[in-house]
Amino acid sequence: MSSTVAAPHTASTGAVAAQARDLTKVYGEGETRVVALDHVSVDFRQAEFTAIMGPSGSGKSTLMHCMAGLDSISAGSARIGDTELAGLKDKKLTQLRRDRIGFIFQAFNLLPTLSALENITLPMSIAGRKPDKPWLDRVVSTVGLADRLRHRPGQLSGGQQQRVAVARALAARPEIIFGDEPTGNLDSRAGAEILGFLRNSVRELGQTVVMVTHDPVAAAYADRVIFLADGRIVDDMPEPTAERVLEHMKRFDAKGRTS
Amino acid sequence: MLRTALRNVLAHKARLLMTTLAVLLGVAFVSGTLVFTSTISEAFQRSSERSLSHVDIAIQPDGDSEAAEAAPGGAANLDQALLDEVGALPNVAEAIGDVSGFAALADTEGDLVGSGWDTRGANYYAGQGGTGTDSRYPMTEGRAPGAAGEIAIDAHTAERTGYQVGDTARVSVDGPVREETITGVFTTEEGSVAAGGSLVLYDTATAQELFAKPGEYTRITLAAADGTSQTQLDEAVQPLLPADAEALTGQQLADDQAEMIESQTSGMRTGLLAFAGISLFVGIFIIANTFTMLVAQRTKELALLRAVGASRRQVTRSVLVEALLVGCVAGLAGFAAGVGIAAGLRALMESIEFTIPEGPLVVSGSTVLASVLVAVVVTMLAAYLPARRAAKIPPVAAMNSVHAAPTTRGLLVRNTIGALFAAAGAALVVAGINRDDSGATMGLGAGLLVIGVFVLTPLLSRPVIALASPLLRIFGVSGKLARLNAVRNPRRTAATASALMIGLTLITGLTVIAGTLSQAIERMAAQAISSDYVVSMANFAPLNPEVAETLAEQPGVTGVSGLRASPALVADRTDSDSLTGVNGEAIDRLVTPDFTAGSFDGLSGDNAVIDTATADDLGLTLGDSFDVTFEDGQPGRLTVTGIYEDSEVMRGILLDDATLDPHMERIQDFQVMVATESGTSDETKQALEAALGDNPAILVQDEADIAEDIAYIFTLMLNMLYGLLAMAVIVAVLGVINTLAMSVFERRQEIGMLRAIGLDRRSTKRMVRLESIVIALFGGVLGVGLGVFFGWAVGEMMRGSLATYELVLPWDRIAVFLALAGLVGVLAALWPARRAARLNMLDSIKAD
Repeated sequence: MSSTVAAPHTASTGAVAAQARDLTKVYGEGETRVVALDHVSVDFRQAEFTAIMGPSGSGKSTLMHCMAGLDSISAGSARIGDTELAGLKDKKLTQLRRDRIGFIFQAFNLLPTLSALENITLPMSIAGRKPDKPWLDRVVSTVGLADRLRHRPGQLSGGQQQRVAVARALAARPEIIFGDEPTGNLDSRAGAEILGFLRNSVRELGQTVVMVTHDPVAAAYADRVIFLADGRIVDDMPEPTAERVLEHMKRFDAKGRTS
Repeated sequence: MLRTALRNVLAHKARLLMTTLAVLLGVAFVSGTLVFTSTISEAFQRSSERSLSHVDIAIQPDGDSEAAEAAPGGAANLDQALLDEVGALPNVAEAIGDVSGFAALADTEGDLVGSGWDTRGANYYAGQGGTGTDSRYPMTEGRAPGAAGEIAIDAHTAERTGYQVGDTARVSVDGPVREETITGVFTTEEGSVAAGGSLVLYDTATAQELFAKPGEYTRITLAAADGTSQTQLDEAVQPLLPADAEALTGQQLADDQAEMIESQTSGMRTGLLAFAGISLFVGIFIIANTFTMLVAQRTKELALLRAVGASRRQVTRSVLVEALLVGCVAGLAGFAAGVGIAAGLRALMESIEFTIPEGPLVVSGSTVLASVLVAVVVTMLAAYLPARRAAKIPPVAAMNSVHAAPTTRGLLVRNTIGALFAAAGAALVVAGINRDDSGATMGLGAGLLVIGVFVLTPLLSRPVIALASPLLRIFGVSGKLARLNAVRNPRRTAATASALMIGLTLITGLTVIAGTLSQAIERMAAQAISSDYVVSMANFAPLNPEVAETLAEQPGVTGVSGLRASPALVADRTDSDSLTGVNGEAIDRLVTPDFTAGSFDGLSGDNAVIDTATADDLGLTLGDSFDVTFEDGQPGRLTVTGIYEDSEVMRGILLDDATLDPHMERIQDFQVMVATESGTSDETKQALEAALGDNPAILVQDEADIAEDIAYIFTLMLNMLYGLLAMAVIVAVLGVINTLAMSVFERRQEIGMLRAIGLDRRSTKRMVRLESIVIALFGGVLGVGLGVFFGWAVGEMMRGSLATYELVLPWDRIAVFLALAGLVGVLAALWPARRAARLNMLDSIKAD
């Protein structure tokens, strides 16, 4: 596993940033056995903004957690770049997350005791690395936090807090950023801001982003939407719009009810 | 509300565990103390009753026997004539003359049997004609001692030493070693033997020679004939009593002994309960912390209760009922643990040869009641403030996600009060140093200061912990987060640290005082004694003058003086004084007090050397004379030839042996001082010991030995106090565990996030561990600081009475205490840190 930080890509090169092959995740045993992911194979391309959608229990969060090294894999393969996650010990997995992956969660993204700036540089502090100053400045100005860096999370609005979280994910130049409903707790205006930043980071900075969402409007910011149901990929929609996504979901819902 | 409270207790079992344990330990200490003290009290009571079973009347020197014995003119004459006379009374079934005293028995290795305090010698009273048997000492082997050179020993001692009938044993009564043949082994109900001492029996004539005067007894006991009551016998005996003697009934003796045993055990009980109280007090902080947290976690739930119509009082009550339940459980469990501790303590005591007479564990209903009551009161008291705070939660908090934190105004008031208390307390302690009623002033000041510091700890936590940040920086992000987390909830950190502070304040304070005192006394001993050796009995019983004579004859010995004390009346003082007889020729080589006038020169005949206190009191200067009445009632007149500064080691009126001896009833030295040509060396010491027959009961000590002895006593005392305070520290450790477990639980989402973005398990553990160490060291620094201050203050107070006083700061110990505080932090973090590292990231982040 390399600890050097991959340079962001200026355009989608079509290279694969993360890859799942026959990825299977099973919870429980015997009668309580639940197959959350059933032989899922998917590629997440570099400098692409992918949204994962699906109804509750479809396995969309599980897919993200497995790909991000937050959850263990029951069978199959999950790779970040060239690194196979299956079978990695906690220590290696933790290092991988620290050095090569960025995270944005729905809530509890920030440590209340640290200032905004300290929160942004936290992954690098954990790794004991110095942040790349020009890059950091660029990220901070992109998310518009330059005058809020000394504030603590408690003094920021929900939208600002989430912007800090986006900045944190970007600051370490990870190979891939995973977002778990990053706008779930925000009003529509703040949510739109965050999604705009994420899209810009992909378009302008060449960042790879994978986001789980249940909101068609949010999904419309992505370059591509993957639909999951019952632990399987059921559709892959390029260039989505909110209408098409909604349409798709309705159809899918109707199909789900009739089947 | 009861059902809600019960459910809450059950729901928070795990989080109440440490609280319950903390209360439990304190209560176990209390109930253990109660059970243990009443057990030994009753055991000794019973043993004393058994030993008095054959005694209906005891005739002995008058009640205030010390005074009677010490007065010039001699003690009561309990002689053979009196024994015969009372023995001839019609209602007397048996009359026994008793004579007893100290007797050291050497075991086969030559070491002293027992601790030296309960090694006794007495007579085997074989009846008028000397042919009967002594019902008190039934012989199980061999026969009773019948002549000089024969002894019998008690069965317990025989078992311990392995002595057999026919063996020769070495015994020492007042110095010289006596080789005695063991003729018999007996059993006895004697209390001292039951308590682990040894008893050596001589025939009556030999015992009288050794322990009293020929033909005299130290006690006469009578058994009444059937049908005669103790009072009737008492009435018959009274007219026959000599002036200085009194007759007591067996009942009175039993009552007296019971009272004495009770007063001894009650002293021990009070002491132990004080330490139990400290543990419980420490526990209060933990209970308060836990309930504060439980209330904070249930803010929404409680607000909801308020919103649907519960009154403030009901909310308060529901929290207090929870405390009540916790208290009851902890009280009962603590009581049970206490009974176990008491049983363990008894076994421990026996293993260190402090034998306690047989008897069952005494567990009274009042002990159970006291345990539960103490637990409930302590728990409810500690939970009261959190309960009040719970009632203040506004119903609207049910709707808000965040309940407003306490305002800074509250903290400002708090800090002002704290600062005032602390300042006033410190001022009083310092002011108390030079006041007559220093104890009271200082106690009040200490109390105020400690309260002030308690109140101030939340404020102090930030700056003090900030001091540690350069160190924590070494640990990178874990260290930084640990520091920030430690000051995140200052009240909780403060309460946790305070719990540890209490124990460490006491430990440090006592260590400083003990070290200072020990050194002051050692110096004093060193300054006052210039003799090379001091010879004394192991239990400081008097020495036969032969010892001094033997030592004087040894080659290389340049000067020997015994110190012999004789009671006397001095000038017009009515209280009995003491005259100290010394060897006037040699004394100047043996002791070197500071003379303000004159010297030891010419200390012979009617010349005397007196201390400044006596000189001031009697208005005497060099060359003045004063009247004395000697021990035998003879008048005398002494002339002052020297005045010296009195000290802890030497005080009073000194005169030449030759002058004093003829007036003494029994010539005995309480100490013998020896100067040698070659000074102190192992060979010289061995030679002197050999000259005294390698007597196990006699100590030959040089200055270093004495210093070691003094240090040993202080060390022993300190270790005991450490042991007793350890409980308070253990409770404080529980408090740190509790706080960390709470922190980990409350911050599980943050920890999950940190783990997700790349904090590995080791760093997560380290973060919790460092937080723990920071909190513990905070308590440690406060405790050591306060302890040193109190130690200094008490030391300063003693400066007046201790000329050689100098503050000793035991830096090595202080370092150990701080290291101990750090260790407490590490240990307390073991479990919470593990939990933090093993948290399931995904569950934690999602948890709400």
